Amino acid sequence: MAKLTLEDLKKIKEDAKAATTLREGGYRAKITVHMGTCGIASGARKVMSAFMDEVSKKNLNDVIVTTSGCAGLCSREPMATVELLNEAPVKYVDLDEEKTREILTEHVIGGKIVEKYALAVGSETTF
Amino acid sequence: MKTFRSHALICAGTGCVSNHALKVKAALEEELNKQGLVDEVQVVTTGCNGFCAVGPVMVVYPEGIFYQKLTPEDMPFLVEEHFLKGRPVEKLMYREEVKKVKVPRMQDISFFGLQVLRALKNRGIIDAEKIDEYIARDGYMGLGKALLEMSPEEIIEDVKTSGLRGRGGAGFPTGLKWEFCARAKGDIKYTLCNGDEGDPGAFMDRSILEADPHAVLEGMTIAAKAIGSHQGYIYVRAEYPLAISRLNIAIRQAKEYGLLGKNILDSGFDFNIEIYQGAGAFVCGEETALMTSIEGKRGMPRPRPPFPAYKGLWRRPTVLNNVETYANIPSIILQGGEWYAKLGTEKSKGTKVFALTGAVNNIGLVEVPMGTSLRSIIYDIGGGIKNKRKFKAVQMGGPSGGCIPESLVDTPVDYESIGQTGAIMGSGGMVVMDETTCMVDIAKFFLGFTQEESCGKCIPCRVGTKMMLDILTKITEGKGEEGDIEVLEDLASTIKATALCGLGNTAPNPVLTTIRYFRDEYEAHIKEKRCPAHSCIALLKFEVNADLCKKCGQCFQACPVGAIAWEKKQVAVIDKEKCIKCKNCITTCKFMAIE
Repeated sequence: MAKLTLEDLKKIKEDAKAATTLREGGYRAKITVHMGTCGIASGARKVMSAFMDEVSKKNLNDVIVTTSGCAGLCSREPMATVELLNEAPVKYVDLDEEKTREILTEHVIGGKIVEKYALAVGSETTF
Repeated sequence: MKTFRSHALICAGTGCVSNHALKVKAALEEELNKQGLVDEVQVVTTGCNGFCAVGPVMVVYPEGIFYQKLTPEDMPFLVEEHFLKGRPVEKLMYREEVKKVKVPRMQDISFFGLQVLRALKNRGIIDAEKIDEYIARDGYMGLGKALLEMSPEEIIEDVKTSGLRGRGGAGFPTGLKWEFCARAKGDIKYTLCNGDEGDPGAFMDRSILEADPHAVLEGMTIAAKAIGSHQGYIYVRAEYPLAISRLNIAIRQAKEYGLLGKNILDSGFDFNIEIYQGAGAFVCGEETALMTSIEGKRGMPRPRPPFPAYKGLWRRPTVLNNVETYANIPSIILQGGEWYAKLGTEKSKGTKVFALTGAVNNIGLVEVPMGTSLRSIIYDIGGGIKNKRKFKAVQMGGPSGGCIPESLVDTPVDYESIGQTGAIMGSGGMVVMDETTCMVDIAKFFLGFTQEESCGKCIPCRVGTKMMLDILTKITEGKGEEGDIEVLEDLASTIKATALCGLGNTAPNPVLTTIRYFRDEYEAHIKEKRCPAHSCIALLKFEVNADLCKKCGQCFQACPVGAIAWEKKQVAVIDKEKCIKCKNCITTCKFMAIE
C-alpha cells in the first residue's frame, strides 16, 4: 500500500468517521424510521432501506439512520422522524421509497422541510 | 461507503473470549443472516470493555444499550426482539445492585457513567484490528502534529506541562525522563515499552494492548521523535497471546500505511518497533532487568546510577515507559499538555486506570481522574461489597504495595496521598477485601510471591524475603512467638534500605502496612492462637458458636461431605470426624459464627 501523508490520513479519518459516529454520537442529522408492528406491516422496511441506500450512495458520514417503535399514529404509517442538529424534529407520514429519497435530498442535505409530506414539527409533551 | 443502521459491538478481550464471546458472535451472525438483517446491522469485535465480571458483553448503538452475560442460546431471541422488532431485551440487561432495577443504557450504569476515559478512550468502541477505525477517532493525528509541526523540545515541553507521571508504578515525571534522554549523548537510542504487567490481578495494560494497540505505537513513535531514537521494543509477557497477536496486526497495518518504518508521514523520520516476549519472570518488569532480558541474558537488575536515560539497553540512552503512559501521549500532543492537566490534583495530573477486583460487586477496569476518593471507586463505581459483607481493606500496588484500612477509605487517589498511607499507587491493581480476609495471610501471600520471583542477586532480597516468609508462615500455623512482629519490622527496614532493585525494596510493604493497621490481628494469631477472620486453617476449631448461630442452615447446605447436623430452628453442629476442613461452611456463614 502507498505510504500516507498527513492529507491522506485526514481523508481516511473522514471516510471512516461514519462508522464511529454511530457509536459515539456527534452526528448532524438523525433519521428515525418508525418500525412498530404497524410500520413494518405497511412497508417501513422499504423506507428504511431507501434511506440507508441514499446515505450510502451520497457518502453522508454525519447522518445516522436508526429505528424506533410505533410513534402512535398507526393510520399514517410508514412514518419517519428527521432531526437536524439544533432544530426541532419533523414527522413525515404516508411514506414510500420515492418520497423518502426526496426528503433525504431536500431536508437532510438541503435543510428545507418538505412540507407536503410532513405531518408536524416538534415533539409530543410528556409528563 | 456501506451504511448500517445499527452496530453491535461484542467485546473480544481475553476475559470475554475465554467466556466464549466468539461463540456468541457466531450465533449472532447466524441469526442476523436468518432474519435478513445482515445488511442493516454491523457486528464488530472490540477489545476489552472493562466490565469483565459480567462478560460476554455487547453494546448496541446508536442507543448505547448494554447487554451482559450473553450465551449463544440468547441470540435468536435477542435478534428477533431487539433488532427486528425494536424491543430491547430486559432480561439480558445489567441489574443495578441497590435498587434492583434493570439499567439499559451504558452511560446510566454507574460503573461506566462515573468513569472518565483518556487512556482507555477507544475501549469497546473500535475494532482493534482495523486501523481505519483508530484513525477515525483522531488516530495518528497527534503523531502528524509531532512530526510535522513540532520540534523535539516542544514535544518534551508539552509532556512536561501535562504533568504526566509514569503509570507503571514509580510515578516519575515522564517529560523529565524524556528530557534527560534527549540530552544524553549518542547516535543510537532506544524507546522501550514495558508490557510485562506482572502484578497478580492487574490487567490494565493487557486491556489497552488488546483494545487499542495503535495508541501505544503512536505514543512510542512520538517519544522516539522527542528523544531522537529510531528503534523501539515492546516487552510483552508471553502470557498475553491475544495482546501480542493484536500488536503484531497493528504493527503490520501501521507499516503498510507508512505510519511506522521509514519516512513516516513523509516527514523524513524513521522509527521501527519490534516485539520481545517475556519468559515468565516478575522481576523482568523492573526496568534494568527488562533491558538485561532483551539483551538475551537472565533477567537481573543492575545498580543505578547510571540511569537508563543515559546508559540503558546495550548501555545506550533509553527511555522505558509503561503501556498506559504511552497510551496517554497521542491525546496530550493533539489537545495540548494544558488540556491534560485540567484533571487531577496539583501533583498528580490526569487520570489513572485501576483493575478493581476482589470482594466488590462490579469487577472490572476503571479509569478515574486523580484525586477521586477510594470510597467513590469502591462504592459508587464498584457497587459496594459483595454478599452484604463489610469492607475491611483495599490492597493497592500489588506485591509492592500495601493494605489501606476502612478508616482511610476517604483517601483521594493520587501518588502523594496513597504514599502517605504506606501503600503505593502502583500500576493500578486494587484488590478489595472483606471481613473474611486474614491480613496476616495476605502478607504471607504477597511475600510468597516476591520470594519466589526474587532473582537472587542480592542478599537482602534473596535471604530477607525468605526469612520474612518463614516467620509469617509460622504465625499462620499457630506457631508464632512473642517478638516475631518486632523481628518482621526490623527485617523489613533492613531489606528496604539495602535491596538492589524495586522488587526487593518494596517486598516488605505488604507486611509493614498490615502490621501498622492490623497489629491486633497479628497479636491474636501469636498470643491467642486465634484468626479473627476465621481463615487460617491451623487456628480454626471448626465449631459453631451457639451464641452467634442464626440457625439458618446455610452451612448445612454448603458442606460437601455432610459433616454438619442441623434442623430448622436448631443450632448447627459440626462432626469433626467427618469434617475435611474445606472451609465452605465458614465462607458461606454470613454471621461469622463458625470458629
